[in-house]
Amino acid sequence: MNVHEYQAAEILAARGIPVNVGKVATTPAEAEAIAAEFGKLVAIKAQVHIGGRGKAGGIKLAKTPAEAKEAASQILGMDIRGHTVNKVLVVPGVDIAREFYLGVVLDRPNRVPVLMASAEGGVDIETVAAESPEKIIMARADPYLGLRDFQARDVGFALGLEKELINPFTAIASRLFKAFVEMDATLAEINPLIVTGSGEMMALDSKMSFDDNALFRHPGLEDLRDLAEENATELEARGHGISYVKLDGNIGCIVNGAGLAMATMDAVKLHGGEPANFLDVGGGASADQVATAFQLVTSDENVQAILINIFGGITRGDVVAQGIREALGRVDVKVPIVVRLSGTNAEQGRALLAEAGLTAYGTMDEAAQQVVAAAA
Amino acid sequence: MSILVNSDTRLLVQGITGKEGSFHTTQMVEYGTNVVGGVTPGGAGKSVAGAPVFNTVHQAVEATGANVSIIFVPARFAPDAIYEAVDAGIPFVICITEGIPILDMVPVYDYVKQKGARLLGPNCPGVITPGEAKVGIMPGFIHEPGSIGLVSRSGTLTYEVVDALTRAGLGQSTAVGIGGDPVIGTSFVDALELFQADDKTSAIVMIGEIGGTDEETAAAYIKEHVTKPVVGFIAGQTAPPGKRMGHAGAIISGGTGTAAEKIRTMTEAGVSMANKPSDVPGLVKAAIA
Repeated sequence: MNVHEYQAAEILAARGIPVNVGKVATTPAEAEAIAAEFGKLVAIKAQVHIGGRGKAGGIKLAKTPAEAKEAASQILGMDIRGHTVNKVLVVPGVDIAREFYLGVVLDRPNRVPVLMASAEGGVDIETVAAESPEKIIMARADPYLGLRDFQARDVGFALGLEKELINPFTAIASRLFKAFVEMDATLAEINPLIVTGSGEMMALDSKMSFDDNALFRHPGLEDLRDLAEENATELEARGHGISYVKLDGNIGCIVNGAGLAMATMDAVKLHGGEPANFLDVGGGASADQVATAFQLVTSDENVQAILINIFGGITRGDVVAQGIREALGRVDVKVPIVVRLSGTNAEQGRALLAEAGLTAYGTMDEAAQQVVAAAA
Repeated sequence: MSILVNSDTRLLVQGITGKEGSFHTTQMVEYGTNVVGGVTPGGAGKSVAGAPVFNTVHQAVEATGANVSIIFVPARFAPDAIYEAVDAGIPFVICITEGIPILDMVPVYDYVKQKGARLLGPNCPGVITPGEAKVGIMPGFIHEPGSIGLVSRSGTLTYEVVDALTRAGLGQSTAVGIGGDPVIGTSFVDALELFQADDKTSAIVMIGEIGGTDEETAAAYIKEHVTKPVVGFIAGQTAPPGKRMGHAGAIISGGTGTAAEKIRTMTEAGVSMANKPSDVPGLVKAAIA
């Protein structure tokens, strides 16, 4: 689960990290009033769950409240790579002497959280990692002890910080790490972390994402969810235990298992089609789940044909076929459906589908080819 | 030979009286797996598919000599179940449970390693040595005994490939599902090492997916240490960046974890890469010819 920059900043500020505190506006007039209140140069920043806002024109500086109003009117409603801007964060301008990157992520190969820092602040850490990995300083946490202060200090010295900045840096790094662990984050990032002209350290931009599997123990986080940022169909799917991700193509996919669902999308593409979605209906592919999947997939107007790919393992193919027939009785599907059914009792299952007027195939290649033809 | 499980496996099922646990215990017993017992706190005295139920893993191990444990307990209690199994001296633990918070697995992984045990999963289908022991939720009947070792991050996609291999007359030595989470006990490299050392395995099939860099690490390992032929497939070539594709680990983030990069690295390591699952048997046949 992702949150906005202003929400991440509030979380970090509440944990004692110095943050350049701003206010959120949803109209140009609000932005103007906030700018007047600050009474100085402000930055107007689009609040969307996607990176690269600056390059897309989603961040503007304004010297006067009138300029702030104008900037906000340009940014609000803007589309940044498929995300509509509904809110802007107005922050007071600060005097930046130096910029750093500071983040905590899971180091997957080593299976521990890692603190990462770089003197290339304001730049995407991925860009730094790709172009000059030696500039990234890392401190891996201990699985039980977490990140100790000495490790944060080591990173501070390695960044070339002066001795008077070491303690503030250590405090910020340690609090960022604690926020990551205690809130089950998958990312906690300050970029840039700045030193102001007067020598103070401050978070200028914050970003956090959280582990969906751990939301049950952080009930407060649900309140931070911005429904406008999430695809309504994806949310509804999650409520039914279905993983659904909307894509841009016209072939709806309903598959049991995440890996097979990805392989099915790839097969559609390989045969010249474009998948409309990723959808993992779950192991059993019951009538209820398949009916819900039909509703989810057909809610996408681009869908011109549906491919159902079920590998009947422990759930028998004839049971899966009955489920598909029952689901079709409940949901009115107007586009052609191609089924691939394999595994236990798959032949009986295919016969049952044929009775219901559905074409069922035994292999994924055949089915993918047919569905691409049906959608053309 | 074969790897991880065989006819000497004495299996314990943690969470045996639950819906999933009891269903799959029956399936495993029907396949011929030697299920010696199960654990459900407070369930002592019951039995499931002929296997006696104990209150604690310690008691179960003492009474049955179990040497492998499989876990079906809910996500909130699964880390504790892993600790309990390892603490009772079980050397190999398989965790089927999905949805465990990522950071809960960090100390679990380390604890298992410190105790010299091995963990498979979580969020995995388990492991099967056809004809000897099925320790997991995979459909047993699609497998045939043979000499192809298979390791995969996925569930149903693995069944797809196993089915294709079996239909092509290529039986399997062992098929291992390592799971799709960011923190897992057994990695591709661990499984490759076991297959390389296994006399019964003549070739290895490795099925990866987008997210993380485990496939790249495996490719480096293959280049250096694996002399047996390896055939690979990567799912998620059409997956967009920044979106989690079902598995918690299947996400392309910051330009890393893409299928293209994994395919390139594996090809460079000498792995024959299949464009689609149905191409795997042909490539295996060519590799062992």
